[in-house]
Order: sequence, then structure tokens, then C-alpha cells
Amino acid sequence: MTVIIWVAEGTWRAAVDAARTLAPRGAEFSLLHVTGDDVAGAAHGAFAGLLGRGRHRDPGERLEELSDTAAEDLLRAAAERLGHPATTVRRHGRIEQEVVRATEDAELLICARDGERERLGPRSLGPAARFVVDHAPCPVLLVWPEEAPGLDSLPPPPPPPPGRR
Amino acid sequence: MLAFAVARPWRLPEAVAAVPAAGLVVAVGAVSLSEAWAQVRELLPVVGFLAAVLVLAQLCDDEGLFTAAGDLMSRTCRGRPERLLTGVFVVAALVTAVLSLDATVLLLTPVVFATAARAGARPRPHVYACTHLANSASLLLPVSNLTNLLAFRASGLSFGRFAALMALPWLVAIGIEYVIFRRFFRADLAAWATPAEAARRPRIPVFTLVVLGCTLAGFALVSLAGQNPAWAALAGALVLSVRALARRRTTVRGIAGAASPLFCVFVLALGVVVKAVVDNGLGRAVGRLLPHGSGLLALLAVAAVAAVLANLINNLPAVLALVPLVSAGGAGPVLATLIGVNLGPNLTYVGSLATLLWRRVLHERDEEPALGDFTRLGLATVPATLIAATVALWAMLAVIGG
Repeated sequence: MTVIIWVAEGTWRAAVDAARTLAPRGAEFSLLHVTGDDVAGAAHGAFAGLLGRGRHRDPGERLEELSDTAAEDLLRAAAERLGHPATTVRRHGRIEQEVVRATEDAELLICARDGERERLGPRSLGPAARFVVDHAPCPVLLVWPEEAPGLDSLPPPPPPPPGRR
Repeated sequence: MLAFAVARPWRLPEAVAAVPAAGLVVAVGAVSLSEAWAQVRELLPVVGFLAAVLVLAQLCDDEGLFTAAGDLMSRTCRGRPERLLTGVFVVAALVTAVLSLDATVLLLTPVVFATAARAGARPRPHVYACTHLANSASLLLPVSNLTNLLAFRASGLSFGRFAALMALPWLVAIGIEYVIFRRFFRADLAAWATPAEAARRPRIPVFTLVVLGCTLAGFALVSLAGQNPAWAALAGALVLSVRALARRRTTVRGIAGAASPLFCVFVLALGVVVKAVVDNGLGRAVGRLLPHGSGLLALLAVAAVAAVLANLINNLPAVLALVPLVSAGGAGPVLATLIGVNLGPNLTYVGSLATLLWRRVLHERDEEPALGDFTRLGLATVPATLIAATVALWAMLAVIGG
């Protein structure tokens, strides 16, 4: 069974831990990291807006190098925590799109909620994880990045529709 | 010429096109030689000031000031990305105000990215904050932005008075950006950050900080004495240069490079070309759009026109074109113009629609990043900051007078 673990900043530990405890025996793990292009793009853009400073080095290029290092470091830390042999996959582009594309041949995707974590509910998924959960072509194991909020954070049931009293 | 400066075929310096263009407008008689020379004479002190500030920023970077700032920011984070964002806002606002927006874009942004990565936080909000604050936080001092330097003389204000009038608009603009960033990047900021490992504490460059403080005080004092504050910037840059040279941390070549002589030539040539365009029609066309007086509505209109022009062309030519038209109205309209040209560029991704289009058409990079988020963020912040900062300026003008 091929299991892809999405390694995202801030929440990857929970995904790796879930892989260790919940994935079936003999699973083949693949650690996936996606670098969002828009971050370096913002720096490229800010530099282009500085008319006439062309002789200076584009800070966006420096950001691209730094992103590479940061992604390598993150994947190394994730592999250490996993403690099983795993392949690593690096992609870049629009994060949510690339995650979905990477799961084409996978049998399971493990990822963590990336939104607000004070209460149970739809806001616990940020835009990226929401897109991935909605579009993934394989089963998805979605975990809380830390202990889940209690059931008392559930909203009260809606009032009965008018006319059915 | 603008197209050339933006596209930069074969990575040629912008001055390669700007200087012949300036020669051409003189040759065809769009401006007379004496007018062109007067414009260059007018701009020379500004350009000298700019060069001194650029050198100052580069030397601060060489001395590790930005690395130390990064360390400070990651220490304030302590696992909470929203605290890191607050730190980034404070540092980026100060760096932009004191060392100009160039320092924030060129030197601070990579440090902020590295800091976010080390702190285990998602880099997006923090890097975007740098790109936005480079514009929004460049309202405070004449040195914060080249546009301010270009308009400073025409405003007729002293260094201290400029800062006093712009302090409230500066704070208001940064405050609005902060509130909108916290909402816009809610999901990115909600993730807990876990630091990779405790890094060694970098040295705090005390000497550099002291020199920087003295330079700032020097700006105000020199200006009060009726002299050009560029001398204070020059003195600060000299002190740091001599020290860095003595300690072999830099070379004369390195310092000359930091002063960006070609950029300075580009600004001078741009000044001549814009003068030609303004004298031959643009001035009258825009002049009809611009209201007179310094009532609140007039100031808002001036800021709006300036913001639109900054997005249509670029804020440098925009400020060169607008300042001669509004300076008759006193300090109020000049400062409103600066609010427009400094805040406006956050609207379009790269500060100018023309820049954006040209890059799309000509740039070698085959995949441009998605513009959606950046543009939505700009739509959320620019109108709000523009209006609130102009109202704040109007209030300051009413309280302490132009």
C-alpha cells in the first residue's frame, strides 16, 4: 500500500505521527512537500516594482534558494520522526493543486487540518486542506494537528423550520 | 524607455536606455538644454542623498543588523505565528522608515523568510508583509522612499516637520495593514510553529545601531540648521564605511556598488524625460484632473489621482510628473501625492500595471505566480489605507499646520 504523507509547515508532526500509528503494516511511505511559488513570486514582484534597481540581485532568487533549503530540512526532520524507510517527493507550484496531483497513484493520503483549531467545524480546514480533501482521488486520513477540541465546541442544533411547531 | 527599464533585455542596466532617451528629448527640443540642466541640478542633491542611504543600508546588512533583527523576531514568536507577524510588522516598518523601502525589499525580505522557516511558521504572511510594508511604511521620513526625497524640496518642509505631519498617516496605514493581514492570513497564522532548533544568538551590532541613531538625529538637526539633511546621511555612511574598510569587511568597490551609480544616473535621466512629457501635454491633462486647495476632499482627490498614476506608469515617474503641478498648493497636496504614490503600488502586484504587462509579455520566467491572492490583498488594503492616511494627514495639517 502506498501512503503519501503531506508534510506542511506547522502541522506535519501530527501527520507523521498518524502514519506511524494508523497506517497498515508494510505500507510504503512517501513524504511529500510542496513549496508555494507565490512567496518567492511576491519578492520577484516587489523587486520588479523598484524601477531602475536592476543591478541589484533579485531577492526572489534568494528566496527560492532558501525555500529549497527549508524544504530539505523539513523533509529530513519528517523522515527522522517517521522512523520507517520512506521516499521523499518535492514539488512546487500552487500548493493544493500539487498535493492533489501527487496523490494520483496513492492508496492513502495522510494530512493534518490547517485552519483554526479552537472548535470543531469547517473552519478547522484552511483553503489548501479544504481543496485537497474535496479533490483528492484517493482515501484521505485527516488528523487534528494537536488534541481535538471537545464536543462542547459544537454549535447548538438549529431551530426547527417555521411552521412545524 | 519605461518598457526597457522594466523588461531589461539582456539584463542591461536601465540607464542604457534612459540616458539616450533623455538626450533624444533634448535633441528634438521637447525641453531646452538649459531646462534639462536645471532639472539635473535640482535632482543631484536628491540622488546624492539616495546613494548615501543605499550605502548606509548595505553597510548595516554587512554588519549583521538584519540577521540580528531576524533573531529578535524569531524570539518574539515563541510558537505563535501571529506574534511573529507582529514582530515582522514592527521591524519592517522601522527598516523601511529609516533605511528606505529598498532595504526592506532587497535586504530584509530574505531574512524574514529565513526567520519564518527557522521558526517553523508558514512564510506567506510574513513575506507578503514585507512587500506591503515596503510601500505602506515608507510614508514617515523623507528618506523612506525615493518618491519622498523627490518631493521633499517642493514641499517646503523641514525634515522634522515632514516627519511630524506624516507620523499619524504612517501609523494609521500600518495599523490598517496589520488588521487586514491578521484576517486575510487567518488560516496560515493559526498553525502552531515549532522551531527547528535553537540557533546560536547572533551578535547585536551596537556600533551600527548607534551610528544609525545619530544619523537620524542628524537629519532633524541639520535640517533645522537650514542645511540639506543629505549631509547627515553622508556622514553616517562615511563613519560606517571607514570602520568597515578598516576591519576589511568591505571594499571600496563594494561601497561604490552599493551606491548604485547607474541607478542614480537612471533617476537623473528619468527626471529629464518626465519633464519633457509633462511640459508637452501630460501636465495640462493631469492638471485639469487635479483639484486645488487643501480641504479634505481636495487632498483625497490628489491622493487618488496619484495612486492611479502610480499604478498606470510607476511611482517614480508619477511623482516626478505630479509634484510640480501640486507644489503651488503648499505642503498638504504634496504630502497627499506622496500618500497616493507610496500606498498605491500595493494594488497591482508589482507596483505598476505597465510593469506587470511587460513582465508577462517579455519575461524569461515561463510561469508567473498566481496573482489572485496578491491582488485581493491589494484591493482589501489600498483603498482603506489611502483614505484613512489622507484623513490623518488632513487632521495633522489642521492641528500643526503645513
